[in-house]
Amino acid sequence: MSTDDLNSPEYKDKIPEELQGTVAITTLDRIYNWGRRNSLWPMMFGLACCAIEMICTAAARFDFARFGMEVMRSSPRQADVMIVAGTVTKKMLPQVVRLYNQMADPKYVVAMGACASGGGPFKEGYNVVSGIDKYLPVDVYIPGCPPTPQALIYGLMKLQQKVDKQSIKEVYREAGKEIPIPVLGPDIMDPRDYDKIREYTLKKAEAEAQAATAAESAQSA
Amino acid sequence: MSEQVVATEQDLLLSRFPEVVKPDERKGYDGYIVDSKALLDFAKTLRDDLGYDYLSSVTGVDYLPEGKMEVVYHAYKTTGGAPLVFKVQVPREKPVVPSLVSIYPGADFQEREAWDLLGIKFEGHPNLKRILMWEGFHGHPLRKDWHEPYYEEEHKPYKSRWPEGKAFRAEDRNPFGKNVDYPAGFDPAKWTPDISDALIYEGLGRIEKPHDDLPTEQIIVNLGPQHPSTHGVFRMVVTLDGETIVDLEPVMGYLHRNHEKIGERNTWLMNMPFTDRLDYLSPMSNNFGYALAVEKLLGVKPPERAEYIRVIMAELTRIQNHIFAIGMFLNDMGAFFTPSLYAIEERELILDVFEAVAGSRMMVNYFRFGGVARDIPEDVMQKIHDLAFERLPRRIDELDRYLTNSEIVRARGEGVGVLTAEQAIAYSTAGPVLRASGVPYDVRRAEPYGIYDRFDFDVAVRYHGDVYDRYLIRMDEVRQSIRIIQQALKQIPEGPIMTGKPQYQHRVPPGESYGRVEGPKGELGFYVVSNGKGNPWRYHVRAPSFINLTALAEMAKGHKVADIVVILGSIDIVLGEVDR
Repeated sequence: MSTDDLNSPEYKDKIPEELQGTVAITTLDRIYNWGRRNSLWPMMFGLACCAIEMICTAAARFDFARFGMEVMRSSPRQADVMIVAGTVTKKMLPQVVRLYNQMADPKYVVAMGACASGGGPFKEGYNVVSGIDKYLPVDVYIPGCPPTPQALIYGLMKLQQKVDKQSIKEVYREAGKEIPIPVLGPDIMDPRDYDKIREYTLKKAEAEAQAATAAESAQSA
Repeated sequence: MSEQVVATEQDLLLSRFPEVVKPDERKGYDGYIVDSKALLDFAKTLRDDLGYDYLSSVTGVDYLPEGKMEVVYHAYKTTGGAPLVFKVQVPREKPVVPSLVSIYPGADFQEREAWDLLGIKFEGHPNLKRILMWEGFHGHPLRKDWHEPYYEEEHKPYKSRWPEGKAFRAEDRNPFGKNVDYPAGFDPAKWTPDISDALIYEGLGRIEKPHDDLPTEQIIVNLGPQHPSTHGVFRMVVTLDGETIVDLEPVMGYLHRNHEKIGERNTWLMNMPFTDRLDYLSPMSNNFGYALAVEKLLGVKPPERAEYIRVIMAELTRIQNHIFAIGMFLNDMGAFFTPSLYAIEERELILDVFEAVAGSRMMVNYFRFGGVARDIPEDVMQKIHDLAFERLPRRIDELDRYLTNSEIVRARGEGVGVLTAEQAIAYSTAGPVLRASGVPYDVRRAEPYGIYDRFDFDVAVRYHGDVYDRYLIRMDEVRQSIRIIQQALKQIPEGPIMTGKPQYQHRVPPGESYGRVEGPKGELGFYVVSNGKGNPWRYHVRAPSFINLTALAEMAKGHKVADIVVILGSIDIVLGEVDR
């Protein structure tokens, strides 16, 4: 880490020569993000196969401690990044959304692997959510089934780049906003969709009734 | 000799149950069809008089064209030998079958699964609730006339997407843009939320204590599904009296990825990569089991070299699974991540071998019907050689030295989570859990598959049935696996690695087949039914992790709540396989 990363380029010349390397002139955004990007704490939260590659990424050969991410927190309250590592099922979804709501701002979501990004090989399954982005805002998508540890580290570095570009003003704009927790009904139900569901099921019931009467009249004829 | 024995067995069964038990005479099928009225007596005879003390697999098949539901049972003798298959057929409209839990307690979860997914009611089951889906889910999804929200066609490859390549996203055709569907006339405002939890809490046992004791309240604690020590998204609901566990109920399904429903739409070969994702720590063994099941139907045999490659890969898988399991088990004991680092270091070397031969570290997709996908290159062979003869034996000894006599490992392991041999058999546990309880049952010996009858190895067995023995047995098995690999490396011949030409579409003759291997977690079985088409009619996985959990409550009762984490770690579950 050199002071160049910290200095705002436009003020670099203003620092007297004898103090170069000891003093930095920077903006609040820049130093704030510098701190945040080098201590992105992931939540210790694995769903499926990808979690095993996540463990390998944390272990000796790949070691994401090099990027300041080794502090895996088991509690969402202490975590900055939720790495959705694996297939999100409908049965698990309420818990995943609840965990996201419990994280402190600013928070990020990384969709690791094909399943979390779009359902993957299990997309057509009746208990599978085809992509966590249908419910949570995702910052980085990492392709692969499962992504290799190298790919995961690359994805997290992309997230660091995103953090670099953010301003302290926008980071907290959405703070405290909760996502409504989906409900397990006959199928998973997003509380925001209730009117749409009612409309759909009524239409379906009508269509079924019509088909039944049509079949009856065809039989009698 | 053995045919004679089978003949007398058959005579005995048929004469004792005239009319109600008939041999299954459909082409390609095997075993007996039992009238549902006689099922309990039949099972009792099997267990008590014929020695079939181990009920391995229970599953259902929906024969939609015939209007029948069939429940298929596979029973074994723990002394070894082939399975005895028996089936019960019931009408589809009213599928009611007597429950076998009173005779084989290991049927518990499997019957619940058949109820959940196929809607077969098991009369007399003590706790017949949904197990993988939640209470209130619409329908029983494995029924052939039940369609998922993204339903396109009965079978892959979907014509709508091929050959003109009209790509579309399934979301675009769904009115919600999501993978959801709701029954007609359903009103979300009138919906009473999921009652699964209430049912679980109600069903949990409590103890009555004498009044002169200090009045204490028993509390219910949820561990999971998001919990750092549940090895994934597993949940345990525990009733506690102080710190002591009074009762426990495992709750699963949080990773139910509909493996079987998807598998029945896939072509035969398409299922191979899906099996990798069952027990994602040991994909090679999963490939092996599925390949065996389909090869039995196809009637093909892999060439010699392929057989050896299969054994080498399966045993490497066992080694990496067991050392990873030991590392994670130490995590559960509180030695957070340091032993795991040692374990993962070795595992990475084995994953390098997998990556070199199959192209992927974890999801190998390496086996084919009648062989394997690629040959092992010379330099990789050298690497396996170095691992098996030099590095692994040394590193296992090192792990042994660090851990086995550690005071903490012994204090927290010995006498904790005891499962007796009788209980282990009754609950249909498999693999290290069964063998640590003193039952020397290993499919590689009991009913050798592939070329396992050629190798010299010991079936590891320990006798205390506690957590510590389940740790030790994994050490033993790693050593035996190294022995097998060493022999295989010396014997492996040159030659082809595939019988016939590689094919995409296999014409599989009609019939049923059950292929089982000794996976690292225990007996992994694949029950497949073909109707002669390009896709399996029924595809069922007998998952050892899932069935081993049947015994969890028994192991945990009476111990402290901190021990439950260690006990679960000692079973070594993988959620991909538990929930499928």
